[in-house]
Amino acid sequence: MMESKVKIVRINEKLPISFPQNGAAGKTGSWRLYRPIVDNNKCTKCFLCELYCPGNVIETRKDGIQIELDYCKGCGICAKVCPQKAIEMVPETVEVKIA
Amino acid sequence: MVVPASCTSVVVGTSPKTSIGMPVVHVPFASAASVASGIRESLLINNKGDIHVIAWAGDGGTADIGMASLSGAAERNSDIIYIMYDNEAYMNTGIQRSSSTPVGAWTTTTPIKGKLEQKKDVAKIMIAHGVPYVATASIAYPHDFYNKLSRALKIRGFRFIQLHSPCPVGWRFDDSQTVDVAKAAVETGMWILYEYKDGKLEISNPSKYLIEHNSFKPIEEYLKIQGRFSKISEDLLKELYKERERNIEWLKKAV
Ligand SMILES: Cc1ncc(C[n+]2csc(CCOP(=O)(O)OP(=O)(O)O)c2C)c(N)n1
Ligand code: SF4
Ligand code: SF4
Ligand SMILES: [Mg+2]
Repeated sequence: MMESKVKIVRINEKLPISFPQNGAAGKTGSWRLYRPIVDNNKCTKCFLCELYCPGNVIETRKDGIQIELDYCKGCGICAKVCPQKAIEMVPETVEVKIA
Repeated sequence: MVVPASCTSVVVGTSPKTSIGMPVVHVPFASAASVASGIRESLLINNKGDIHVIAWAGDGGTADIGMASLSGAAERNSDIIYIMYDNEAYMNTGIQRSSSTPVGAWTTTTPIKGKLEQKKDVAKIMIAHGVPYVATASIAYPHDFYNKLSRALKIRGFRFIQLHSPCPVGWRFDDSQTVDVAKAAVETGMWILYEYKDGKLEISNPSKYLIEHNSFKPIEEYLKIQGRFSKISEDLLKELYKERERNIEWLKKAV
């Protein structure tokens, strides 16, 4: 049995909030075409990106925004909702070796 | 959580490797509300009443295929929460129209003129069942959704929430615009947030403010940010305006 990562977070009442974990499809972050890069100098820690991220892979910490890239699919919603424009979406690049 | 065939089945995945880390029962299409009722009854019999049962189903699995068992569970006032996430078509199988697809929307089964029939109002149908709790919500307003879910948790009996959930692929817009599209639906009155409990209907903000001040944006502002309405005719656009008017009038009378 896999270990459950469901944490009970208090909002008004007890609501279960799921955090990303290795599901049947493995580490789904490999599907990503764009990677979110956070400028923590611009970020005001308003929690909006964390609130709207559909994968719930963003954590607003004291030392800045932490994104779990193993499961971030690069949808760009965080960058779009950020009022400070602190998140930039940059293309994922793969190194190809040519002999 | 009980999930009938839908995009959620794929997101959640199969046991024991479900991605959401809570017990999930995948069920055949028409049966979500019945299975959820049954699980709840067995939990009650086994003194595990503190475990809530949620049925999470798409619009196709609710407004069309699951309608009979949904109506049955509502009529029995089964002690479950039923959440219909409404992406306004059968998305998992490739964007076929459902009865919850709005007028004028392109789908692969309404490819020429868009859908000609009006959107079935499932929340209203649930209110007509006289159940203890019915609400509409939107992914653009997560606080409102959380609050409604928390309130629903405290109520016993059948509870229904219809969650408006734009689909980037099916509605033809870029993923990053998802929240903006959902917000535009509310701001143009194409989706209205409200809550029905203890037999009373209350419109939620920002819809309440928009209705009181008659300050909805033109519907075109919602349509133009999605590809699925790109070929809508004047006539069908008029239909959408009429539908919005009808919904607002009904809500004004009902509160
Ligand atoms: C009895 C049955 N008929 C058809 C299907 C194929 N099917 C799987 S998902 C799906 C679409 C469901 O649409 P909806 O409930 O709106 O959920 P969405 O995919 O949009 O999330 C269909 C038709 C099925 N799995 N079982
Ligand atoms: S790109 Fe999408 S999945 Fe990744 S962190 Fe931003 S909102 Fe979340
Ligand atoms: S939305 Fe922007 S400002 Fe707000 S917490 Fe996220 S990165 Fe920071
Ligand atoms: Mg659907």
